Amino acid sequence: MTLDLSLPTAHDDSEAPGKTSKWLAVAPMAFLSMTVAIPLIIIFVYSFLARPELGAGVVWKFDPTHYVKIFIQDRLDGTRSFDTRYLKVIWNSFYYSGITTVATLVLAIPIAMWIATRDPRRRVLLVFLVTLPFWTSILIRTYAITQLLDEKGVLGKIVSFLGYKGHFQILYTPTATVLGLIYTFLPFMILPIYASAERFDFRYAEAGYDLGARKMTVLFRIVLPQISPGIMAGVALVFIPGLGSFLQPDMLGGGKTNMIANVVANNYGQARNWPFGSALSVLLCVITLVATLLLSVAARKRKAKRV
Amino acid sequence: MKFFTRKVGVAIALAAVASLGLVACSSSSSTTTASSSTAFPTPKGGELNLYNWTNYIDPAQLKAFTAETGIKVNLDTFDSNETLLAKLQAGATGYDVIVPSDYMVAQMVTLGLLEKVDVAGFPNGKNIDPNFLNVYWDKGRQYTAPYMYGTTGIAVNMKDPVASKITSWKDFFAAAKGTSVDVLKDQTEVVSAALRATGVAAADLCTIDKTKYAAAQKLLDTFKPKVINSDGGIERMVKESSMVRMAWNGSVHRMTVDNKNIKYVFPTEGLNFWADNLAIAKGAKNLDNAKIFINWMLNPKQGAVATNFTGYANAVLGSGPFMDPAIKADPAINTTPENAKLATPTPNCPTAARDLYTEVFTSWTSSQ
Repeated sequence: MTLDLSLPTAHDDSEAPGKTSKWLAVAPMAFLSMTVAIPLIIIFVYSFLARPELGAGVVWKFDPTHYVKIFIQDRLDGTRSFDTRYLKVIWNSFYYSGITTVATLVLAIPIAMWIATRDPRRRVLLVFLVTLPFWTSILIRTYAITQLLDEKGVLGKIVSFLGYKGHFQILYTPTATVLGLIYTFLPFMILPIYASAERFDFRYAEAGYDLGARKMTVLFRIVLPQISPGIMAGVALVFIPGLGSFLQPDMLGGGKTNMIANVVANNYGQARNWPFGSALSVLLCVITLVATLLLSVAARKRKAKRV
Repeated sequence: MKFFTRKVGVAIALAAVASLGLVACSSSSSTTTASSSTAFPTPKGGELNLYNWTNYIDPAQLKAFTAETGIKVNLDTFDSNETLLAKLQAGATGYDVIVPSDYMVAQMVTLGLLEKVDVAGFPNGKNIDPNFLNVYWDKGRQYTAPYMYGTTGIAVNMKDPVASKITSWKDFFAAAKGTSVDVLKDQTEVVSAALRATGVAAADLCTIDKTKYAAAQKLLDTFKPKVINSDGGIERMVKESSMVRMAWNGSVHRMTVDNKNIKYVFPTEGLNFWADNLAIAKGAKNLDNAKIFINWMLNPKQGAVATNFTGYANAVLGSGPFMDPAIKADPAINTTPENAKLATPTPNCPTAARDLYTEVFTSWTSSQ
C-alpha cells in the first residue's frame, strides 16, 4: 500500500473547501458497524432461535414463540391469559425515563442559560464543572448516593436532627430511582442546551424587551425557539438511554422497581433464556425507534410552522 | 500314599475353599484391587499447571506443596466458570488441574472434558465428607475432589424481636411483615427457598408439578422485602438498616466481625450450597502430578489452610483442628455435622423447571 501524497485533483471529493475525503469515514463506519450493527443483528437473530435443554445460549432452530410469550402468560393453574407483567415493566421504563427527561429539562435550561451568560473564561470553568461527575465511575457515584439517602446516612441524620420522629425512608423506593436517574442524566441535558444557548444572540432578547415584551414572553417566544435544537438533542440524549437504565432501579430502588433492562438481565443470567431476553430487547428497540421517529416528526413540524 | 493323598485332598479342598473365599472377597472389593494394581503415583518432580479462580488459593500453600514434593506449580487464573469452559473448549491444552463449580462439572463431564481418575479411591479419598461424596455433578467422586463450598442461609440480628425468632424459611418470609428484610436478587435462591418453605423436599426442587410452584407463588405474594439486591447486604446488616437477610455464609462471617449481634441461621427446611471442585483436564500432560496434588489437598491440614485463606468451608474430614480460631469458632463457616446435613446442592434444573422458576420470580418482582 502506498500513501497518496498528491494534491487533490478535480475529480476528488475533497475539492470543495472544508470537505474531506470520504475514505476518512471508512474506519469510523467499520467501528460502528462492529460495535452497533453486528450486536443488534445478533440480538435480532437470537430472538427467533430455540433454547438448549440445559445451560444458556441458543440452538439453531427457528422458534418465534418468544414474542408471543411477552403477551401471553401460561399461568401456574394451567390457564392462559393476557400477560400485563412485561408491558407494565416497559411502561415503568417510559414513566421513569419520562419524569427524568422533564425534570432534567426544567433544571438544565436555567443552568445552561446562566452558564451561557457568563464571560467566556468563566464559561470554560463552569462547563468543566458540569462534566466533573464523569471523572468517576457511575457505579461508585450511585453507591455514594445510597450513602446519602440511607435512613442511617447523611440525609437521615439531618432529618432526625431537625426533629423528624417518623420512619424516614427514601432509599429503596421509586423516588430514589428517579432521583438517581435525574442526577445521572442532568449533564447530558445541560451540555447540548448550553451549546445552543452559547450561540444565542442575546441582543434578540434585548430587542424583545425594548419592544415591550414581558419576561415570560421573551423566554417562550424568543429564547426557547432559538435553543430548541439543543433541547431536542438533550431530550434524545436523556430519554432514550434512560429507557435502558439498569443501575438506578437495582441499587437505589432496592430492586423493587423493575425497568426493562433489569428483566432482560435476569433472562440472560439466572433464567438462562437468551432468546426471550433478546425478544424483549428487540421490542424495546422497536418502541424506542417509533418514539424517536415521532419526536423528530414533531420537531420537523414545529420547524415548518415557524418558517 | 493313602495318607498322602488324603492330606493332599484336604489341602486341595482347603485351597479351593480359600480361593473361593478370595474370589468372593476380591469381587466385593474389585475397586480396591483395581486401583492397587495401578499404584498411586509417587512424586518424581516436574511441573503442575493449575488453573484456578482469582485469589482462591494461598501462594504459601503452593510453595509448601513444591517443598514437599519437588513439583513446581504454575498458576493461571480465571474469573468465571464460563471463561474456564470456553478455554477448554477452544482446546487450551496445558492445564492439568482446574477448579470448576458444581453445575459446570456436570456440563464438563457430559462434554468429555475431564479425566476420570476415581478420586474417591485416592489414598486421601477417605477424607471426603460423606455429604459431598454422592453429589449430582459427580456421583461417587469419579472425576473431582471437593474444594471450597458455601451455603445460602439467613443472617439475623438478635437485637430484633422478630429476627431473633427466625429458624426456618417459613419464618423468613413471614418476617417481612414485622421487620426490615433484605433478600438476594437471585431467582434460584428465592424460588427454591419458597418451595422449601411450602414443603417441597430438597430432592424435589426441580419438580415440574405446577401446583407446587403455585403454592410457592402464593407465599411470595405476601412477601414484601425492603430490599431485593445481591450487593451491599453486608453493609446494610452491619449498619442495622436491615435486620434480616438471605445471605451467603462467607458474607455473614464478615458481618459478624463488625456487628456481634448478627447470627447465621441454617433454616430447618434445608438450604442450598454451591461447591467448587478440583478436577483434571482431559489430556493433562502431568496426569500423575495432578493426582498427587489433588490427593495432597485432601489432607486435613491442607483443607484447613485453604479455608483459612479463602474464608470458605472445606469438605475435608478432620480439618477443624488446623483452622484459624476465628473461623473455627464461627458456625457459619465451620459447619456442624447436623447443619451440614441440611445443605443440598443448588438445584441445576432442566429448562422445563427453570421456566417455572422464572414464571414465579417474574410475577413476584413485578408485584412489588
